[in-house]
Amino acid sequence: MAKVIAALMPAFIVGAYVFGIRAIAVTAVAVVSAVGFEFLIQKFILKVPVSVTDGSAVITGILLAFNLPSAIPLWMVIIGSLVAIGIGKMAFGGLGKNPFNPALVGRIFLLISFPVSMTSWPKPLLHRLAWTDGITAATPLGIFKEAARAGQTFSDILPQMPTYWDLFMGKMGGCIGEISALALLLGGAYLLWQRVITWHIPVSMIGSIFILTGIAWMIHPGQYPDPVFQILTGGVMLGAIFMATDYVTSPMTGKGMLIFGAGIGLITVAIRLFGAYPEGVSFAILIMNAFVPLINRLCKPHRFGE
Amino acid sequence: MSPVVFYTIISLSTVGIVAAVILYFVAQRFKVVEDPRIDQIEQALPGANCGGCGFPGCRAFAEACVKADDLSQLFCPVGGSDCMGVIAKILNLQVQAKEKLVAVVRCEGSYDKRPKTIRYDGAPTCAIMHQAVSSDTGCPNGCLSWGDCVVVCRFDAIHMNPVTGLPEVDEKKCTACGACVTACPKGIIELRKMGPKGCRIYVGCVNQDPGSVARKACQAACIGCGLCVKACPFDAISLEKNLAYIDQDKCKLCRKCVAVCPTGAIVEINFPPKKQPQTDATRHTTHGEGETTQPKRHTIQKKT
Amino acid sequence: MTLQNTKTFPQGGVHPANNKLTADQPIQDLPLPASVSVHLGQHIGKPAAPVIRVGDTVKVGQLIARADGFISAAVHAPVSGRIEKFIDVMDQTGYKKPAVVIRTDGDHWQEGIDLSPDLVTDIKADGETIIQKIADAGIIGMGGAGFPTHVKLRPPEGKTIEYLLINGVECEPFLTSDHRLMLEKGHELVVGIKILLKALRINKAMIGIEDNKKDAIELLRQHAAAERQIEIYPLKVWYPQGGERQLIKSLTQREIPPPPKGLPVDVGCAVFNVATTLAVYEAVQKNKPCMDRVVTITGAGLTNPGNFRVRVGTFVTQLIEAAGGLPDNAGKILSGGPMMGKALPQTDIPITKTMGGIVIFPANQACRKPSMECIRCAKCVSVCPLGLEPYLLMTLSEKGLWERAREERMLSCCECACCQYICPSNRPLLDYIRYGKSVLTQMLRAEKNHE
Repeated sequence: MAKVIAALMPAFIVGAYVFGIRAIAVTAVAVVSAVGFEFLIQKFILKVPVSVTDGSAVITGILLAFNLPSAIPLWMVIIGSLVAIGIGKMAFGGLGKNPFNPALVGRIFLLISFPVSMTSWPKPLLHRLAWTDGITAATPLGIFKEAARAGQTFSDILPQMPTYWDLFMGKMGGCIGEISALALLLGGAYLLWQRVITWHIPVSMIGSIFILTGIAWMIHPGQYPDPVFQILTGGVMLGAIFMATDYVTSPMTGKGMLIFGAGIGLITVAIRLFGAYPEGVSFAILIMNAFVPLINRLCKPHRFGE
Repeated sequence: MSPVVFYTIISLSTVGIVAAVILYFVAQRFKVVEDPRIDQIEQALPGANCGGCGFPGCRAFAEACVKADDLSQLFCPVGGSDCMGVIAKILNLQVQAKEKLVAVVRCEGSYDKRPKTIRYDGAPTCAIMHQAVSSDTGCPNGCLSWGDCVVVCRFDAIHMNPVTGLPEVDEKKCTACGACVTACPKGIIELRKMGPKGCRIYVGCVNQDPGSVARKACQAACIGCGLCVKACPFDAISLEKNLAYIDQDKCKLCRKCVAVCPTGAIVEINFPPKKQPQTDATRHTTHGEGETTQPKRHTIQKKT
Repeated sequence: MTLQNTKTFPQGGVHPANNKLTADQPIQDLPLPASVSVHLGQHIGKPAAPVIRVGDTVKVGQLIARADGFISAAVHAPVSGRIEKFIDVMDQTGYKKPAVVIRTDGDHWQEGIDLSPDLVTDIKADGETIIQKIADAGIIGMGGAGFPTHVKLRPPEGKTIEYLLINGVECEPFLTSDHRLMLEKGHELVVGIKILLKALRINKAMIGIEDNKKDAIELLRQHAAAERQIEIYPLKVWYPQGGERQLIKSLTQREIPPPPKGLPVDVGCAVFNVATTLAVYEAVQKNKPCMDRVVTITGAGLTNPGNFRVRVGTFVTQLIEAAGGLPDNAGKILSGGPMMGKALPQTDIPITKTMGGIVIFPANQACRKPSMECIRCAKCVSVCPLGLEPYLLMTLSEKGLWERAREERMLSCCECACCQYICPSNRPLLDYIRYGKSVLTQMLRAEKNHE
C-alpha cells in the first residue's frame, strides 16, 4: 500500500500545483473521511476488528479525490467517501470482497447525484491560493463533446485545445489527479519496477483506446480527435495505471487482464465517440469489473501437463 | 372513454385471459402426481433439513417414509419419537418409541489438565490440525479445541468453553442429528441415550495409549486400570486398547464406576449430589445450582 | 557458466534465500546410536512385513522385514544387535507408526557386503539381476518421495523409457546432503548412473544440478567426461527446480499429465535422486542394502552444523547433539527444508530413508505471521508451477465445494508451498489445499468402490 501511495505523489503534486489549495483540501477531506467511515463502520456497525491501518481506505480516499474537480463542495466529498467505503467496499464484506472499484463507485454516485458540481472544473493555474473563485472552464474532452453536439468536428475546435506538450505535462482542466500523463506515468513506472502491478492492464487499456480511436480518426480524420489526444486527456492514464489495476477488482491471470483492459478501452471509446458523456473511463472500468468473475472462469492459467 | 383506454383494457385483458388458459392447460399436462401423504408428513417434520435422518432434507425423508413398508429403520432425531408417532398415524403403520439421544463429548482433557507440548500455528480448524500433527499435547486422541463441531451445529447446541478448551453440549437444544459426530476428526463425540431424567454416565476419554503415557499427557485420562470393569455389578464396562467403554444398554446408572475411577475420567451427568460425609479421600465438586441449561456435572477429585 | 547456459521451467516458481550454511562441511559419520527404531513403512506402498522376532540377533544389513506386495520395499537392520521389541513410534507426521527397536551391540556386518572404499567400475550383473538386487536392497526414493526404486525400473506394459534423469538439484534452502554426495562420491555416482542405464536398457542420462553448486557441476563433468551417454546440465537457481515435474520440463521440455494418470514414465522419463543413485551403486556393486543416508543438520544457531552419515532409525536428538546441541532460542525443528519440510513435535523421532535434512529455526523466525483477507493480488497464481489457482482452491476447501475443487485440479497440487511463501496476506493456502486433497482423494476412492 505504501508503494501505491508513493506512486500517487507526483500526480498529487501536479494537481496541487495546477489547482491550488482547494485540491489539497479535497484530497485531505476524502482521505480522512474514508478512513473515518471505515473505522466507524467496522467498529460500530459490523463489529469486526478495525483494519484501517492496512492503508486501503487511504488509497480509496486519494483515488476518489483524484477523480473529482477541485471546486467540488467539501460536504459532497464526504458523501462520496461514505458511498465509496460504505457501499463500495464494506457492504460487500470489506477488503478483498468487493466486486467494484470503491473509488469509482463513489465517483459515479457523485456524478449522477450532483452533475453540475461534478462537471464544473476550475480553470487551471488560476487563483490557486484562493478558496474558490467560481471561474470554470470546460475540459478538452468536454469542449469536444459540446462541439460534436453542435455539429462541429474536431478540426474546427483544434485551435482552442492545449498543445500536446501541455496535455502531457498537465496544463489542462480536469479532475485533480488525472491531468498530468507525465506524473502518472512516473508513478506507473515505479509500480512496475517494484512489481506492484504488471504491464498487462495498462498496456491493453491504453493500447486498445489508442487503436480504436486511431481507427475512428483514420476513417474520419477531421471529425474525431486523434489517438494521442485521446490517451492524454480525461481519465485514461489515471484509470489505466491506478484504478483498473486494483487487485481486488481485476482478473487473476495475464490473459484475463488483457481481455479486461481491452474491454475497458472498447467501452471508453464507445462512450467518448457515441455516448452522451464526454468521458467514459469510470463507467468502462465499473462495467468490466462486473465481468471479472466471468473472465476468471474463462481465463485459467496453463495447467501443467494438459 | 377514450379509444386508447378502451383498446388498452381490451388488449391487456385478452392477453391475461389467454395466458391464464395456456397456463392452466400446461399445469394440467405437466402435473406431477405425488402421494399427498408426502406433503402431510413433511408438514409434521421439524423442517430443519439437517440430514440427521440420513436423507438429503426433510422432503426426501418424507418420501422415504411413504415408500417404506415399516418405519423401524427410519427415524428423525430432531422430531424424535413424538414426530415419528405422528408419521406412523398418517401412514397407518406401527412405530416403536425410541429413546432420546444426545451428543456427548468424551474428553475431559481441559487446558489445565492436559498441558500443551508444542505450539500449533497452522490453519485454525480441527480437521486441518488433525491432518498436520496428531495433537499439540501429549495425547494424540484428545480434543483440538478449534471448534469444527461448533461450526457445523445447526441448532446452536454446542459451544466451546474458552476456559477449558472443550466443547459443551446444551442438552435442551441438542437434537442428536449427528453432525458434530462426523465433524470431529478425533471421533470424540458420541450419541448416547439421554437417560432417565437426563442422567447418564460415560467414559470421558478416547485415548488408547498405555496408562503411564496417557496419564503423563493428561490428568483426566483413562489409564486402562480396569477398576471400573471390576466395580461394575452389571458387566457393562469393557476394556480395549487401554480404554474403558460403558455399554449404555447394560448400564444401570449405579455410579460405582464413577466412585472408583482414579483419574476422574468417568463422567456422570445430571445426578443429584450424593449425601456423603466429607472425607479426605473424596471431595465432590458441584457447579452452580441456579437455572441453567448446562447439565450438572459431578466429578470426584481424588488427592493426586 | 553464464546464466544463458542454464535451463529452467517457464511457469511459476520463487527464489527463497539459499542459506546453504553447510555446503562446505564434509560428510562425517555419526557415532552409532545405543538403539535404533526402524519404521516398517518408510516408503510409499504397503509397510514391510517383519521376518524376525523379538530376541533375535541381527547383523548390519540383515533383512528384518520383506517387501509386502508389488509396491513395497524391504527393510534391513541398520545396526547389529538384538531385536528388543515391536512398538509404535512417532514419525515425522506426528503420528505413531509400527517400528522395530534394535538394541545396538557392536558393528558386525552381514557376510557378503563389501565394506572397502575401492571403486568398483565393472558392472557384472545384467539388467534383470540389477533390478532384483535393487529390490532386495530395499532402495526407495531418497529425495523424499520414498517410492520403491525397483518398481520405477519396471515400466508398465506399453510404456517405454527414453531418458534417465538424475536429480542433483537440491533446490530446498539449507539442505546440502546431495551436494556433498556429488562432491565426495562423484565416481560412485557415475557408476550408479551406468547401472541404472543398463537396467533401463537405454543410453541417455541427464544430470540436473542447480547452478549454485558450480563445484559439483565441474567435478561431475570431469568424472563423466569419458561417458558419452551422461550429460550434466546446470539449471537456474529457482524453486522448485528439483520437483520431478519441473525437472523433466527443464531438461526435456515435456510435461507429465496431471494425476491420477500422470507419472514420469508417461513421458518416457525415469527420475532418480543422487542419494538413491548412490544407494544403487552400493547395492549392486558392494551388496550393501539401504540402511543409512546422509542427513544435513543445520540452522543459524547451531555451533556445529554439518552433513552426517546416519544409520536409519537413529533419533533426531542424537543428530542435534552432534551438531552442538539444541540452541537456547530454538523455536522450530524441521524435517526437510523450510518450503516443504515438516515441523517435528519432538526430537525423539527416528531418521528414515527419506529424511535428508533437519533445520533448526530460532523462536523469532519460527511462527507464522497472522493471516489476513485475500486481496486477490494473484501472486499465488503467478508462482504456482502447475498452473493452479491457490486462492480459489483454499476458498473451495473452506466451503467444502468439492466438485468444483476437482474441476479446478486440486489433486494436481504438488505441495511445493510457493503459494504460501509468496502470499502477502500470510494465508494458510497450502494447509487448506492439503486438507482438500485428502478429502477429495477419500471421496474419489469411495466413488470408485461404489461402482
